[in-house]
Amino acid sequence: MNEPKRMNKEDQTTSPVGNVSELRAGRMNTVGVPAEKSKNFLQSAKRLTRLISDESILVILIFLMAVASVALVVSGPRILGHATDIVFQGLLNRDGTDGIDFARLHRTLAFAIGVYTASYVLAYGQAFLLAGVVQRTMFKLRQDIESKIHRLPLSYIDRHSRGDLLSRVTNDVDNISQSLQQSLSQLVTSMLTIFGVLLMMFIVSPILALVALTVIPLTLLTMGQIAQRSRAKFISQWRYTGQLNGLIEEAFTGHAIVKVFGRQQEVEERFTTINNELFETANSAQFMSGSIQPATMFIGNLNYVAIAVIGGLRVASGSMSLGDVQAFIQYSRQFTHPMTQAASMMNVLQSGVASAERVFELLDAEEQITESGVADSAVTQGQIEFDNVSFSYDPQRPLITNLSFIAEPGTTVAIVGPTGAGKTTLVNLVMRFYELNEGRIVLDGRNIAEMPRSELRSKIGMVLQDTWLFNGTIRENIAYGNPDATDEQIRAAAKATFVDRFVHSLPDGYDTILSGDDGAVSAGEKQLLTIARAFLADPAILILDEATSSVDTRTEVLIQKAMGALRQKRTSFVIAHRLSTIQDADIILVMENGAIVETGSHVELLAARGAYDRLYQSQFTAPVIDLV
Amino acid sequence: MLLHLLQEKLRPYRHLLWIVVVFQAVQSLAGLYLPTLNARIIDRGITQGDTNFIWRVGGLMLLTTLVQVLLSIAAIYFGSRASMAFGRDTRSALFHQVNSFSSREVAHFGAPSLITRITNDVQQVQMLVLTTCTLLLAAPFTAIGGLVLALQQDVNLSWIIVIAIPLVMSILGTVVYKMVPTFRVMQVRIDRINEILREQLSGIRVVRAFVREPQEKVRFQQANQDVAQTALRGGRLMSLMFPTATFIVNVSCVAVVWFGSNRIAAGQMKLGPMVAFLTYLAQILMSVMMATFMAAIWPRAAVSAERIQEVLSTTSSVPIPTHPTPITQTRVDLELRNVDFEYPGAASPVLHNISFKVSAGETLAIIGSTGSGKTTLLNLVARLFDATSGAVLIDGVDITEVAPAELWSRIGLVPQKPYLFSGTVSSNLRYGKQDATEQEMWNALTIAQADSFVREMPGALEAVIAQGGTNVSGGQRQRLAIARALIRQPEIYLFDDSFSALDLSTDAKLRAALTPHLKDSVTLIVGQRVSTIRHANQILVLEDGLVVGLGNHEELRQSCPTYEEIVLSQALQEGDDL
Ligand SMILES: Nc1ncnc2c1ncn2[C@@H]1O[C@H](COP(=O)(O)OP(=O)(O)OP(=O)(O)O)[C@@H](O)[C@H]1O
Ligand SMILES: Nc1ncnc2c1ncn2[C@@H]1O[C@H](COP(=O)(O)OP(=O)(O)OP(=O)(O)O)[C@@H](O)[C@H]1O
Ligand SMILES: [Mg+2]
Ligand SMILES: [Mg+2]
Repeated sequence: MNEPKRMNKEDQTTSPVGNVSELRAGRMNTVGVPAEKSKNFLQSAKRLTRLISDESILVILIFLMAVASVALVVSGPRILGHATDIVFQGLLNRDGTDGIDFARLHRTLAFAIGVYTASYVLAYGQAFLLAGVVQRTMFKLRQDIESKIHRLPLSYIDRHSRGDLLSRVTNDVDNISQSLQQSLSQLVTSMLTIFGVLLMMFIVSPILALVALTVIPLTLLTMGQIAQRSRAKFISQWRYTGQLNGLIEEAFTGHAIVKVFGRQQEVEERFTTINNELFETANSAQFMSGSIQPATMFIGNLNYVAIAVIGGLRVASGSMSLGDVQAFIQYSRQFTHPMTQAASMMNVLQSGVASAERVFELLDAEEQITESGVADSAVTQGQIEFDNVSFSYDPQRPLITNLSFIAEPGTTVAIVGPTGAGKTTLVNLVMRFYELNEGRIVLDGRNIAEMPRSELRSKIGMVLQDTWLFNGTIRENIAYGNPDATDEQIRAAAKATFVDRFVHSLPDGYDTILSGDDGAVSAGEKQLLTIARAFLADPAILILDEATSSVDTRTEVLIQKAMGALRQKRTSFVIAHRLSTIQDADIILVMENGAIVETGSHVELLAARGAYDRLYQSQFTAPVIDLV
Repeated sequence: MLLHLLQEKLRPYRHLLWIVVVFQAVQSLAGLYLPTLNARIIDRGITQGDTNFIWRVGGLMLLTTLVQVLLSIAAIYFGSRASMAFGRDTRSALFHQVNSFSSREVAHFGAPSLITRITNDVQQVQMLVLTTCTLLLAAPFTAIGGLVLALQQDVNLSWIIVIAIPLVMSILGTVVYKMVPTFRVMQVRIDRINEILREQLSGIRVVRAFVREPQEKVRFQQANQDVAQTALRGGRLMSLMFPTATFIVNVSCVAVVWFGSNRIAAGQMKLGPMVAFLTYLAQILMSVMMATFMAAIWPRAAVSAERIQEVLSTTSSVPIPTHPTPITQTRVDLELRNVDFEYPGAASPVLHNISFKVSAGETLAIIGSTGSGKTTLLNLVARLFDATSGAVLIDGVDITEVAPAELWSRIGLVPQKPYLFSGTVSSNLRYGKQDATEQEMWNALTIAQADSFVREMPGALEAVIAQGGTNVSGGQRQRLAIARALIRQPEIYLFDDSFSALDLSTDAKLRAALTPHLKDSVTLIVGQRVSTIRHANQILVLEDGLVVGLGNHEELRQSCPTYEEIVLSQALQEGDDL
């Protein structure tokens, strides 16, 4: 135990130590040089470190345990060395006294076992704790991504490949986790070992230690050179993985179409292209980063050879003792091992950081405008005013320009018009799925842009044009908009919307799990479920966007009645192509090319003989030119 | 499972693997040779002061290490090639296999799980192969070399090795054994993460509309916690491996000194050999550590291999006939003969005893209430499923006897939920016909009443379409899906409620333009509105999977009460045009 103390003393007094820290600083530089070329990489690494260091106390504890464990492991061979000395002395004394001092030998060996046991406990404890730190960090990272998704504008989600986003959460986070788990503790341990062994070398022979030291910059230089190249490859590897995931996701989502349209071969060709790219980059990444280890080992061996030769010559010239050379060779061997290990761990880490970069890229994506305003608990009257609203998805192509109208509380507003006129867009604006370019939408006197989104949306129940159910039971799906609903309420909503009728015939009834993309129910049944969902949410404002387009007409008539009851005392927006379903609306807005061209009741509009009338008449003229 | 997969998928690369084995062997022996040379420098060079000898042997050492590094790098080159190629081939095989599945198998695994299997699971096995090539293959040589050298020093002490190595192996084995179930759960939980997130992305508008972000967060958090927990359990088991292996190694070193000193005292052994024995023991144990590294990643790879094999060994429930019957006619007719169909796990059949016949140039309209089985019927014709009993015949040939590619090339399907792929308008139209010319595309778009809006989109035919077609309106999407089917000019058209998102005047124009286009084809058209199907040659009225009426409009009004009921319900709505 007095060894380390001596080392510390040397540490402060002898000049070589100064060199050590200089060189260590130099190491930072060599790592820094390539990093300048891909700033993101270094930043991602830093950010990853910051994420981990959220658990700073544990991290410090782990570090201390690693230090202690390394110290014990390094001192292990010394204790065994002592034991060998005892045996050696015993042999020298053989003819004199009683030979080997077994009592002392066994005490020493028992001590060695003690040291190894302690180091075992420390090493295990350290790895055990580290696993916790890593997994908690990954948990946080995944959670961050999930919350991020809810803050992204819809346009971002529409524009990006779903499979690629998924890949970031599963493949990339998984890769980060595995890299950290595998490499972090070994990296720390081997760095510490390098440091410890270096100290020992300086104690034995500063000159030879300097020879050994040349290894470090050489290694770092090589490593830096290789790493710089493999880094780019790792980044591409994970990017291609994401692309591939995107392609697979889409192909499986549209599986039936791919088949029936005979596009398997073409899809597989595209798959093969990306898959080959992935192979090429992964191969180069692995090869380049994999050769860091033999390269480091080579440098280590060069050093070993140099020491053997120089040491040998020095002993031959009498300026050094054989014992010292031997000890030195031992140390230089000990030095190479952690060095190569550190190198290969850096390589594993690189892949992890490449993935981290992709995750951070997602986390840094621009978010929708942050909430402003505070919730107001006043009862919703349901007056909605569009005040000079302009909106377009694409700045080049104006869609809605200077649109104004008022929907009075409790009225039903029907929106009709040719497809692509902007009907869905209009109600999406009420939901504040998109931000206006100009003008404002006012709900009960408050600009919706100054309300929290959740407040606005919780007042509105919506049946979207595209049906969507989630993977869960029918019961859960109906209760989606009202998780606290009782079983009776769910059943009542189901009865009113004719869901109950078909659920009855299912073997598991309301507990039937809707799984897979097709949900195991027919399109019309799906639509009924989404109506039931909105029904149960019991909102102050109702939006029905083509809510019954896939439902058969007999059921539709019945639903219409239920809807009529629901629409009473509620402001409702109803979009429909089957004009029969909106004839009783209080006001009908006829839209064309993003503008309201006519307003009025059914009777008024027919009398006006304008766009509405033409639309209305077309349903009777249609059959005349119908299918043969 | 794992071995089977490796055997099969690595077979084409076995020559690479052999190169790796040989290179690793020579490389590790070179590594062992270095200390021997060094010993010579000490023994002869230093003790005899022979500087020439020191230089010579030093040169030899240099050469050895050079050989070693070159061989190792070459081994890594071939090793990473083989393992990455393994990954590539396995991914390809999986993707191909899933493409051959019918909808039933895809639903059975679930798309999210299939996605995980192709990327994440393959990655696990690929890593195992890579680590084996770069780390593990060198281990036996180092171990055996070390063992031989150790035995040369003292055979008597070798019992320590005999105990230590199996001990390490059995402990590692136990840990691996415990890790396997953990990782089996782990991969399933990754599937779940994939599933929830995919759902959130596809249903993002509903999630937002119903302000379900908090609940979604909880749902995801649950899945996330599950993954983190299993990963943690796995990680903790894994963290047991290295320290345990190191500990056993170290204790056996102590044992060597302990028992070695006894033998020395008894004069049976010298000190030198004992020290050498220690060195070689360390060497052997180094390779044990490498084996440990592999043991740490083995369990997950094994589980992943199981999951991969599961997909590869599943065959489509819509089998490809071994000797397909060709269809020669360009004008075909379609017949269903006593067709029954039942979804797996359903209580009762969805379709029962359906029979009809449609000749080329004729239209069969299918009408029936929600959930009566219309989509299912069209899916049977497209052979997305096979009938439980009965037969679907094209031109008199049972479609199970026809090569699926041949069948599908004759079908133009417009699904009820029009799904567009990310890309452009033209890439989506090319789904219908790969080599379609621009003219053909515009023709199809014109018939589908989609030409005017496509022309207005930035880039026209090259306008960007987002995944699922979310950046066009519902009606526009439907028309693009129709154009995609039209461009094929198929012999059989399947329109599944394909005009539901169209406004009445577009609907009317589309039908008018469509009619001449269908004159050589068999057309099955699912519709809800009597006014649009009344002129079909035959109308099939479906009720709970049973045919309750088949005939033309006039006949059915007389003979089929259900049809009459439908007609009346619409007459009520639309005034009394009927
Ligand atoms: N997410 C989007 N990004 C870009 N353009 C869009 C997006 N959604 C819709 N559009 C375009 O905006 C226009 C209006 O679309 P919208 O969905 O509001 O029509 P709609 O009146 O609801 O039509 P439909 O009756 O077919 O549902 C269309 O030209 C459409 O292509
Ligand atoms: N994958 C499936 N697994 C089990 N049952 C299913 C599956 N798909 C549909 N069903 C059930 O089979 C029945 C018929 O469904 P189908 O989709 O053929 O109806 P449909 O006549 O097309 O109805 P819609 O008019 O609503 O489109 C429904 O009761 C539905 O619940
Ligand atoms: Mg719409
Ligand atoms: Mg259907």
